[in-house]
Amino acid sequence: MFTRRQALLGAAAAGVMVAALPSMASAAPVSEAEIAALPRQKVTLVAPPFVHAHEQVATTGPKVVEFVMTIEEKPIVIDDEGTVLQGMTFDGSIPGPMMVVHEGDYVELTLVNPASNSMPHNIDFHAATGALGGGALTLINPGEQVKLRFKATRSGTFVYHCAPEGPMIPWHVVSGMAGTIMVLPREGLKNEKGEPVGYDKVYYIGENEFYIPRDEDGNFKSYESHGDSYADTLEVMKSLTPTHVVFNGAKGALTGENAMTAKVGETVLIVHSQANRDTRPHLIGGHGDYVWEEGKFANPPAKDLETWFIRGGSAGAALYTFLQPGVYAYVNHNLIEAVELGATAHFLVEGEWNDDLMKQVEAPGPIPVN
Amino acid sequence: MHPHLIGLVAGAAAMIAVPAAIVGLSDNQRSGSLPAGPRKIEIAESLINYPLPGEFLARGQPAAAPIEKRAVPAFRITKQQVSLADYNLCVAAGACDAADATPSGEDVPVTGVSFLDAQAYIRWYSRATGEAWRLPTALEAAAAAAERFASDSFSAAADDPANPAVRWLRRYREEASVKRPADPKPKQRGHYGRNSLGVEDFGGNVWEWTSTCYTRTALGADGVVESITDNCGAHVLEGRHRAYISNFVRDGKSGGCAVGTPPENLGFRLVLDSDSMIARARIRLLDVLQFVIGNAARRNLS
Repeated sequence: MFTRRQALLGAAAAGVMVAALPSMASAAPVSEAEIAALPRQKVTLVAPPFVHAHEQVATTGPKVVEFVMTIEEKPIVIDDEGTVLQGMTFDGSIPGPMMVVHEGDYVELTLVNPASNSMPHNIDFHAATGALGGGALTLINPGEQVKLRFKATRSGTFVYHCAPEGPMIPWHVVSGMAGTIMVLPREGLKNEKGEPVGYDKVYYIGENEFYIPRDEDGNFKSYESHGDSYADTLEVMKSLTPTHVVFNGAKGALTGENAMTAKVGETVLIVHSQANRDTRPHLIGGHGDYVWEEGKFANPPAKDLETWFIRGGSAGAALYTFLQPGVYAYVNHNLIEAVELGATAHFLVEGEWNDDLMKQVEAPGPIPVN
Repeated sequence: MHPHLIGLVAGAAAMIAVPAAIVGLSDNQRSGSLPAGPRKIEIAESLINYPLPGEFLARGQPAAAPIEKRAVPAFRITKQQVSLADYNLCVAAGACDAADATPSGEDVPVTGVSFLDAQAYIRWYSRATGEAWRLPTALEAAAAAAERFASDSFSAAADDPANPAVRWLRRYREEASVKRPADPKPKQRGHYGRNSLGVEDFGGNVWEWTSTCYTRTALGADGVVESITDNCGAHVLEGRHRAYISNFVRDGKSGGCAVGTPPENLGFRLVLDSDSMIARARIRLLDVLQFVIGNAARRNLS
């Protein structure tokens, strides 16, 4: 016989089921009490090109992942000539740090705008649904903070950026206020056949283009404050002709002692993010084994790409297993932007050379005369 | 550093520096062309219903600005907005940056000026005349605008605390319904006529900077103020509707506007404080404060 008590238990059990599966976008709304009952995890963000430690395959159910980001307005040197950008940053770095969660998790961000800043800021998450990506709920003045929670309902790599109002939006973005969140499928990444694929390490490359005004002599101008730089910068921005196109906030930021590293046989996930302008990453001497050009993991990855296209306002991901040792240049394959404007990074890869893949059959020498 | 703390420190520094600054008064006077003394309107002491500027949150939800009955002491305000020609005298004297205004053979108000530009003009003009000029407060602007005072045109209150989108959609529709064609070309001064107090052009296509900082105020359940966050990096402008714009912005379309069509032009008019030693000392104090705050801001940046 079906008792009233059993019915109640059944209802309770159903409630537990819903709580355990809030990741389904189509599921009924989850109550505050159910969200409050979820486990919470505090994550400390790390500066790019590195990414905080995370599971590739989720070993637990959905949780609330807490992040704190402090907005810093500060001058930043963006090239080897000492050119100064009146920078605006999430958490002090250009690009802003990468956040990683799993599909179905809740992202809970505390955004802090210290009183030492001069402008209002907010955050628009392309991964979030509603309220201009959270922008309409997060506009804060210097001396304020705000806490936003959104559910990561779609997997993939997504841009986040500051989006205050009017011309402030592009200005804040091209001053550095953009970053990336990666929402992994709970079961991890899969190839085009649905087989699991993983990575040994992940690098996060944020590409920015800057628009630095010049003086009458053609030299880059520096300014005392953001306000001083605004009018001139806006003019350069409207030319759509950047003076710098860089990775990780400055020309050469991912070269030399800061070059990225890998070993032959290692699989690296390279996340490439550009909040404002199209770009076309290319690994010179390598490939993209699996590339989520649009960055969205629900779509099967493209295979064996030479160059991939990152739309302005999006982030993509490329998975590659290094097969040869050496120095690899990772560039925006508009080579003028790569070489002249700064969009070049390096990978230093250790390991054994594979003659089968490539061999110099004959060293350079004089052209034989018959 | 907390803004209030900066204010305190800067204030203390200014107190010490004032005597020296007053002594230096005559040394700083500039020669060269001076604007003809602007016509002034005496605004009698009044009591007005004043919607407080800034944004308000009640229990975390957007709330309408409280309207307070405020006494406004008598003050003198210029009949007209500062003209482009007068502003250009300051530029010629090397004390102001050129405005982002189209040159005009007519007697037009200066436009394309930021709050910082307005302050630079006031410093120059006060020094040159030995008079204590300043921007009006938002309260004074409201009193001088009289029947033309618009404040915020739309209610800021949350329609449904559980659904913020209801308010966004309503405001969007309200704004779209009152949208008018842009008419940004500055008109000859006097074009928009005078209000009941004789003040000209208020509510035309030039919004006017005030000395009032943007604030966000959190209200408790019973409407009691719980906290106020000042942001003096942005100031209140009055015009066809109220706007809040960052100090360095010269172009109204950068938004900062709570509602409606963004301001077409940014300009200003002046208030003259009574010509006393105290008033002169006040200018000096503001100068020094400006300098100290500027330094503090630069230190914070570096």
